[in-house]
Amino acid sequence: MKLKATIIWGVCMLTAQLSASVFSADVFSGYTLLKQETKEMQDDDFLNQGMATVEKGGKLFASIGKNGKSCETCHGQGGKKLDPKVIATYPVLNSKTQRPITLQQHIINEWTENLGNAPLKYESSDALALEAFVRNLARGQVVNVQTGGKMVPFFEQGKKLYEEARAGQLDMACASCHNLYPGLKLRAQVLSQGQSNGFPLYRLADGKVVGVQTRINQCFDQFRAEGYPFGSEENTLLELYMNARGNGLKIETPAVRF
Amino acid sequence: MKKSNLAVSIMIACFPLGILAADVPTETPTPKPEMIEAYQTWKNTDYSIGSPLGGLKGNPANGRKVAIHRGKGNCLACHQMPIPEEEFHGEVGPPLDGIASRYDEGQLRLRIVNMQELNPGTLMPPFYKHPDQFNRVSKKYQGRTILTVQEVEDVVAYLMTLK
Repeated sequence: MKLKATIIWGVCMLTAQLSASVFSADVFSGYTLLKQETKEMQDDDFLNQGMATVEKGGKLFASIGKNGKSCETCHGQGGKKLDPKVIATYPVLNSKTQRPITLQQHIINEWTENLGNAPLKYESSDALALEAFVRNLARGQVVNVQTGGKMVPFFEQGKKLYEEARAGQLDMACASCHNLYPGLKLRAQVLSQGQSNGFPLYRLADGKVVGVQTRINQCFDQFRAEGYPFGSEENTLLELYMNARGNGLKIETPAVRF
Repeated sequence: MKKSNLAVSIMIACFPLGILAADVPTETPTPKPEMIEAYQTWKNTDYSIGSPLGGLKGNPANGRKVAIHRGKGNCLACHQMPIPEEEFHGEVGPPLDGIASRYDEGQLRLRIVNMQELNPGTLMPPFYKHPDQFNRVSKKYQGRTILTVQEVEDVVAYLMTLK
């Protein structure tokens, strides 16, 4: 019996390893791992709790800042002048700094520099609401982060952080779980591929909308590691790599996840 | 003696038995560095650690508890084990029923102490790796191994019962 169980496990692992290598080319959204009721919650805007945050973001987007302008002054009512295809390319190379910039950082910068508002804290509820609102405009759009040209070194650094940087007392890297074992259970929780196409998303375990950098730090916390500060170089590189790793997936913001 | 002082004394007395702050809520004070037990060196010889860490004798009943405890061994996160009272055994690692028929004590000890010695890409946490060899450990766990020497030996003793 015991031997049989081990053989079955061995076959399962072989299948998992084989499919893991397929997964690396064949990305899939965490949506596919959800229970039917959670899928329905995400799909119905009236049930999707993340939509309240998107609406809040919409109000902030239209709110007049100290300079007498709102986001709508340039980007049109409800952001209609924003191109969903461009939203799907974030993080992008910032022409001023020649470094990658996340969508949320871009919004935070505009919020103070252009509108003259008080600075927004990275991953604060207002910053997340604005990001959720903007990314929701590109819902259904295919993620398309640039990884070539000047982005190459940043993509490679992000990849290294994701795959090789073991951290914490449990000494794990992101890839230890999300590259090798997606779809398998860690205790009662199914491991996802660690895709970021639904962020900012409504996390049922937290009862609120979380950003990708908050989620990264929650993972670090679980393996007893110090996370990188929000908006830091490392988190930007991780977000860049994670988004690019999900190139081809559709944006689901606001997704619903556990 | 005040109640709080008594509580602290009990904690200090219990500490060598392996009551770490691991899974206990944050109000438990983090042990001071001098309270952390001295690190016991070990050597991987032919993919095995032949002798018990610190020459200690393991207690299988306690090893089973450590294996279940989510803040200590948490073996059930990844492994199916003959522990029927616990639900939701993980699927990531091999089932451990019958593990003692497949490996001897020294081989099991190395796997618990540091599986990375056998597989550098493993997901399995190294339960007794030198605290200086970790990166960016959160403050609460700095300078400490995941399990104490006694807990390692207890888990080894427990696994040896899984023939």
